[in-house]
Amino acid sequence: MSSPAAPPAPAAAASGVRVQGLSASYGAAAIALRDVTFAAAGGQAVAVLGPNGGGKTTLFRVLLGELPAATGSAAVRGTIAYVPQTERSRLDFPVSALDVTLMGAYARTPWYRRVAARDRALGRAALDRVGLADSSGTRFGALSGGQRQRVLIARALVQDAGVLLLDEPFAGVDRTSEEAILSILDELRAEGRVLLIATHDVEQARRWDRVLCLAGTQIAYGPPADTLTNAVLEGTYGAEIVMLDCGHRAVAIQHHSHSH
Amino acid sequence: MDILSSGLLQRALLEVVILGATCGALGVWLLQLHHTYAAESLAHAMLPGLVIAALLGAPLLLGAAGGVLVAAALIALAARDTRVGAEVAVGVTVTTAFGLGAVLALAPDVPARLGELLFGDLLGTSTADLVAACVLGACVGLALCAGHRPLAAAVFDPLAAPSLGVRPARVELALLALLAIAVVAAVQGLGNLLVLALIVAPAAAAIRLGQTVGRQIALAAALGALAGLLGLVASAELDIAAGASVALAAIALWVIAALLAPKPARAAGAPRSLVETLGG
Repeated sequence: MSSPAAPPAPAAAASGVRVQGLSASYGAAAIALRDVTFAAAGGQAVAVLGPNGGGKTTLFRVLLGELPAATGSAAVRGTIAYVPQTERSRLDFPVSALDVTLMGAYARTPWYRRVAARDRALGRAALDRVGLADSSGTRFGALSGGQRQRVLIARALVQDAGVLLLDEPFAGVDRTSEEAILSILDELRAEGRVLLIATHDVEQARRWDRVLCLAGTQIAYGPPADTLTNAVLEGTYGAEIVMLDCGHRAVAIQHHSHSH
Repeated sequence: MDILSSGLLQRALLEVVILGATCGALGVWLLQLHHTYAAESLAHAMLPGLVIAALLGAPLLLGAAGGVLVAAALIALAARDTRVGAEVAVGVTVTTAFGLGAVLALAPDVPARLGELLFGDLLGTSTADLVAACVLGACVGLALCAGHRPLAAAVFDPLAAPSLGVRPARVELALLALLAIAVVAAVQGLGNLLVLALIVAPAAAAIRLGQTVGRQIALAAALGALAGLLGLVASAELDIAAGASVALAAIALWVIAALLAPKPARAAGAPRSLVETLGG
């Protein structure tokens, strides 16, 4: 479905995320996230686990530069892109898949110019990479959840992102699309990009290189085998965790309330 | 039909076509951003400014500009009280301003021009009014062209917009500033109650019919101009108030569009407030 010989993006070469003793809060409100310290190098995919209100969104907003660090630091090397949950965007807005993909070129397009022909070609290539070359003219809201997610990933590719922050990329996505998205993410990782994947899926977190557990503070960071222990999961999710298979499988019970 | 033979009507016709096109195009973004209520509020809240200008014999354009600025400042101030929320702040400010304007306008010493302020005086369009409408309309049009991409990103995906180089809060503020300019330009001809019809109705019709944002904007501008034309002709032929017949023509076009549209264009995921539903 995608060209395996795609050249690695230049920005991906020296990408990385380094977070040191970070805490952050919204205005005068109580600290939303504290004591986060981790580093992810190019080529690493990090699952960010935690309950709603655990600080996943706060961490992303600090990394994006939209929220200042109260203490500590968060350094990002490479262009950073945010891939939101698709149902958070306006599905009734009349834009095509290609229109949305080309939004990735807005930051480098002067207001008095059209999107450059080179960027339009990049946009088509990005849609082709995520397997949606035939849907470039389809209205975004008419695509399936998984297809929309892939369009938003294509947009991050047009941004030439070395660091991708993905917010629940598998929420509301069917099995087939999930497989497609997983293989795209594997490709991006192999190109040396950094992926931070906010998720509720403990099982799926096992397939990534690192797991970061957040529950207002950092509970654990490391390889899945070391991190996804019963003690850490209980520390992360409290009573919301359900253990299956004598602790080998765990399911986090989440109520999808869409608030920060 | 000798409507074009009179200079009075020629000016009125040009004025209403320019205003219709400007308000129509702007309206698409206001509706897409769900800012119908802000549009209505801003138009209504400048009444005190208009009345004071009328009292002093100053140009209505100046009064409108002053009224809009004061209203915007008051709304921003009232919205700081996070316990009540922005809609309540807007409602309180607008009602206060509108009431104040009415009290001023109905005072015994004031010349009876309240009707003109509320419903406009298209046939009283002066050459200066026409020039002002041309300049302000061109400003709004150019700004909409220049801001097309940021507006699209802010409407479509406000969460990711900052990482795309777009700040949604700034974009919305800029759009409200354009709205203020359009309302200031339109108030002399259409009045501060009826200007809303040209902002909302053509845009609402175009959103139902247009398949891309660009087409929606072009269509809304055309429908706004058409509403102005039809309304003015009807008012001259039937001898009815010009502003009101322009507003009714805009609404009529919207009804026709609603009947023609294959299905309501609004999909899931875009909840509207009651105010918007009633207003749009």
